[in-house]
Amino acid sequence: MSLDRTVGARTAASPTGTAIAAAREQRAGAFIGYLPVGFPNLAESIDAAVALVENGVDVLELGVPYSDPVMDGPVIQKATQTALEAGFRLRDVFTAVEGIRSRVDVPILLMTYWNPVVQYGVERFATDLLSAGGAGLITPDLTVDSGAEWLTESERTGLDRVFLAAPTSTEERLRLAVENSRGFVYTVSTMGITGARADLDAAARTLVARLREVGADSSCVGIGVSTPEQIAEILGYADGAIVGSELVRALAQDGVQGVARVAAHLATGTVR
Amino acid sequence: MTSLSESFVGTPATHLRDEEGPFFGEFGGRFMPESLIAALDELSAAYAEAKLDPEFHRELAELHATYTGRPSIITEVPRFAQHAGGARILLKREDLNHTGSHKINNVLGQALIARRIGKTRLIAETGAGQHGVATATAAALFGMECVVYMGEVDTERQALNVARMRLLGATVIPVTAGTRTLKDALNEAFRDWVANVENTHYLLGTVAGPHPFPVMVRDFVKVIGEEARQQVIDLTGALPTAVIACVGGGSNAIGIFHAFLDDPEVQLIGYEAGGDGVDTPRHASSITMGRPGVLHGTRTMLLQDEDGQTVDSHSISAGLDYPGVGPEHAWLSSIGRADYRPITDRAAMAAFRLLCTTEGIIPAIETAHALAGALELGRELGPDATILINLSGRGDKDVETAGRYFGVLDAEAAK
Repeated sequence: MSLDRTVGARTAASPTGTAIAAAREQRAGAFIGYLPVGFPNLAESIDAAVALVENGVDVLELGVPYSDPVMDGPVIQKATQTALEAGFRLRDVFTAVEGIRSRVDVPILLMTYWNPVVQYGVERFATDLLSAGGAGLITPDLTVDSGAEWLTESERTGLDRVFLAAPTSTEERLRLAVENSRGFVYTVSTMGITGARADLDAAARTLVARLREVGADSSCVGIGVSTPEQIAEILGYADGAIVGSELVRALAQDGVQGVARVAAHLATGTVR
Repeated sequence: MTSLSESFVGTPATHLRDEEGPFFGEFGGRFMPESLIAALDELSAAYAEAKLDPEFHRELAELHATYTGRPSIITEVPRFAQHAGGARILLKREDLNHTGSHKINNVLGQALIARRIGKTRLIAETGAGQHGVATATAAALFGMECVVYMGEVDTERQALNVARMRLLGATVIPVTAGTRTLKDALNEAFRDWVANVENTHYLLGTVAGPHPFPVMVRDFVKVIGEEARQQVIDLTGALPTAVIACVGGGSNAIGIFHAFLDDPEVQLIGYEAGGDGVDTPRHASSITMGRPGVLHGTRTMLLQDEDGQTVDSHSISAGLDYPGVGPEHAWLSSIGRADYRPITDRAAMAAFRLLCTTEGIIPAIETAHALAGALELGRELGPDATILINLSGRGDKDVETAGRYFGVLDAEAAK
């Protein structure tokens, strides 16, 4: 993947979309892995993210620690709070993106609540993310209808923007998410916050079908996904599966080697 | 009505009191997970419908007349006023409402809406416990399930209110995440709502949060100012010189301010929790010391660091210990219609004691911030002024805290 990273240049194709399409050709679909920046510290979070990519992750979702993460369950809350207590600063995300991109070729999406971006300046944040080699943003508390400034900045920079679709979203709102997302649409599997669940809601399958009906060409399913079996099941109807809490738990318990092992195990779910 | 047709484009209203959101100037909006948008749209639509339904208004008015105890009286406090430069001071007695504060006004309104849209479970956040008690009360009255999230720190400093909620049949869940105070209770309530939105209404307790909460909650508490405006005119023959209230999230303040927004000769002043002083990091004065940002679904004035991380607030009163404020207040401040000033813990406690001993009224510590404001303001305005204060809550819940503060608890009770 070769991308023009000059500010102001609109890249021809979405880096995330390209990686997902490649995963679909070679395997059953894409494996998207989440870890927060700065947990347990900045250096190890970079090593852990690299380890994910070396063990089968196609797209990285890097969480930006935030004081009030309303969409996150206890595992991710604890990790991001640890990062904040250890002195995480917002500028560390650019260091992390650059550090990871210098070691592995992978699209990196930042998963960030909106206020940190507002305080940094939306334009400046987009510019610095592009310069660092980032692919775009996933915005859990910013919907299309509240996101005019981000739409403008992502157009200017060509960064990917991933909006969420929920089982409760109306058709009109699904259309809005599909038409304005670039990379993929984040398909919220179930009504709830992040964290492993034994049974994935049938709602995810229905939602992906509804997204396709309104024109989605790339839907990835997240929230509650924690086993290779679940990934395999999701890739039977969606383009990618997103795992967060399970990876964070592995990193917290067994360090970089532990998270590498878990990633490799989860990646077996992508075999066609 | 959908959020798209609401369109999040504000049209400036002719009268300040006609602002209907979602934005108040640059403040307000709806910054929320997609999972909750359908519920917020449902709520907006149900509220819009209820607003036009005379039956809804009749039902709420009847509840207020037969259950809340509305209209609440006003009380003139001349002995207290001697300490405030001789200004005439009137208290709007929301402390005399059933459950002991202004919170019941919002709670009954929202509980009726929740019932209209078929929700059977109410959840709420609470700081001092007043909103939690009011919500538990409404849930008991309407036969609904009730879960209240309360920061662990607050469950300790407001233990009596925890017991009250449990007596009323509610489940109180101490929140151990983050700073373990009011803002974390809101986070946890939102998380619950995301998972249980089908049968659950989040009965948000103040004029903050995503649209339509700031507008809807304001509409349910503005009865305070509507009554008081007429009561003051009946008593004194004129509008008051100033209308004042304490401000945490800002529901009691907007409740008494709103009827006066288009009376430019009436000064409106909100008193924020100054904690140890706004020259220290330990306070909760988000308009005085904060800057614009997004928290809990709304753009407003926030206490935050350079990176946009919410900063811990501090106040002796759990109910004001919130690092944000309702967006309508941020807007009223930005256009100069209302002033917001900090009051330290120490000044609030002195005013608390003074009202007890001069007038035989024990106020909530939250409310004591407005009383301290009146002492300053009365001296500033002089003896010809009339100051109307929203006496937003009573101090029964604070007896232990105040008893310790002033050293009046028996040794046995102090253990």
